[in-house]
Amino acid sequence: MSHKVVAVVDYGMGNLRSVAKAIEHVAPGATVLVTANAAEIASADRVVMPGQGAMPDCMRELTARNLREAVIRAAAEKPFLGICVGLQMLFGHAEEGNIMGLGILPGTVPRFPAAAMVATDGARLKVPHMGWNQVKQVGAYPHPLWQGIEDEARFYFVHSYYVLPEDPLVAVGVTNYGIAFTSAIARDNIFAVQFHPEKSAEAGLRLLKNFIQWQP
Amino acid sequence: MLAKRIIPCLDVNAGRVVKGVNFVALRDAGDPVEIARRYDAQGADEITFLDITASSDERDIILHIIEAVASQVFIPLTVGGGVRAVADVRRLLNAGADKVSMNTAAVTNPQLIADAAAKVGSQCIVVAIDAKQTSPGKWEVFTHGGRKNTGLDVIHWAQDVQAFGAGEILLTSMDRDGTKAGFDLALTRAVADAVGIPVIASGGVGNLDHLADGVTLGRADAVLAASIFHYGEFTVRQAKEHMRARGVEVRL
Repeated sequence: MSHKVVAVVDYGMGNLRSVAKAIEHVAPGATVLVTANAAEIASADRVVMPGQGAMPDCMRELTARNLREAVIRAAAEKPFLGICVGLQMLFGHAEEGNIMGLGILPGTVPRFPAAAMVATDGARLKVPHMGWNQVKQVGAYPHPLWQGIEDEARFYFVHSYYVLPEDPLVAVGVTNYGIAFTSAIARDNIFAVQFHPEKSAEAGLRLLKNFIQWQP
Repeated sequence: MLAKRIIPCLDVNAGRVVKGVNFVALRDAGDPVEIARRYDAQGADEITFLDITASSDERDIILHIIEAVASQVFIPLTVGGGVRAVADVRRLLNAGADKVSMNTAAVTNPQLIADAAAKVGSQCIVVAIDAKQTSPGKWEVFTHGGRKNTGLDVIHWAQDVQAFGAGEILLTSMDRDGTKAGFDLALTRAVADAVGIPVIASGGVGNLDHLADGVTLGRADAVLAASIFHYGEFTVRQAKEHMRARGVEVRL
């Protein structure tokens, strides 16, 4: 494998160092740039779009740093990994803050419906959805980013909103928390997850490694 | 299904883990990085560091510790102790913490919870509540390491911290802490039922049934323990196997 520049888009939100450290850990030869520079994003071989916190803040910061176009272009042309809010931002209308995402994929970002937040034993399901939950791998064929990761493996989640894609065929992972929601999506060169692979121990590191080696 | 979490807690003083950590073949029982790696290998779902450093000159040591742990341990890390301002929260997150826990400062200045949550997101903000029973069915909030009674009712305070923007509550029973008599389950359940954010039960774990009781009877979302893991009595993995045998969903 030739070695490779991975840009981690820095728009001031969330734990970017953790993402960068986890990628460095699985791809010791890669150059990982935590960057807010559009030119560096444009020239990188792969782009990781992390995100944490509130989507309105993320969108505002992305726009304020003039990174919108660079991210949209990267998502159109090179291996692109969205994480958490980095997944949510790919879609359209978000309930949180009543704002629009990047609109790269049709769909919305609703909040977990309070009425559905009851476990099978009647206990209250807390929001944020925080902790280790299972991801059922779905789709017409096994996506290469799931390679070596068992079906229903657990990943670490922390979020109150989830994505509702218009096209159900983009879903490659589904998780149950009161409702069944899409926890991973893929289309062409884009793969994006609601959970945090950089905080998901072995399964998460394997996913990041698969991303580094992915040739979409 | 979402797993219930088991969280080992390390007390760190000037960069060294205090209280015995008794793993087989541990090269350095005081090294937080080595100990964190060991817990990660055992299947810990998160690790919490409580910085008890008193000297202000040594306060930045925890940042280096977190940085070192975060480059080798890829599970969520929570850090508490001495957090007084949003700037403290940011420094810890930038060093690699995923969540920051605040206790006394949240009581003296609840606006700190709101300011920190607005800046970094609720999911990063844990409010630690030290609770002591004052009469049957009633608990009050203590601060300054349990020395000062604030007179605040624990249930009301828990609801308040949620309203201010906390993403999680770390609930410690001062009555049970160190007793090995098990969690205060009535307290745990009262708080867990009163709020819509996750609650971590803490204080009093002496055996593996206590951990399971914390989630089944106490309805906690996670359980935190120190000594039963540190002294090598049980591994995190044994704790999880026991919880699974009791019908609790865990990550194994």
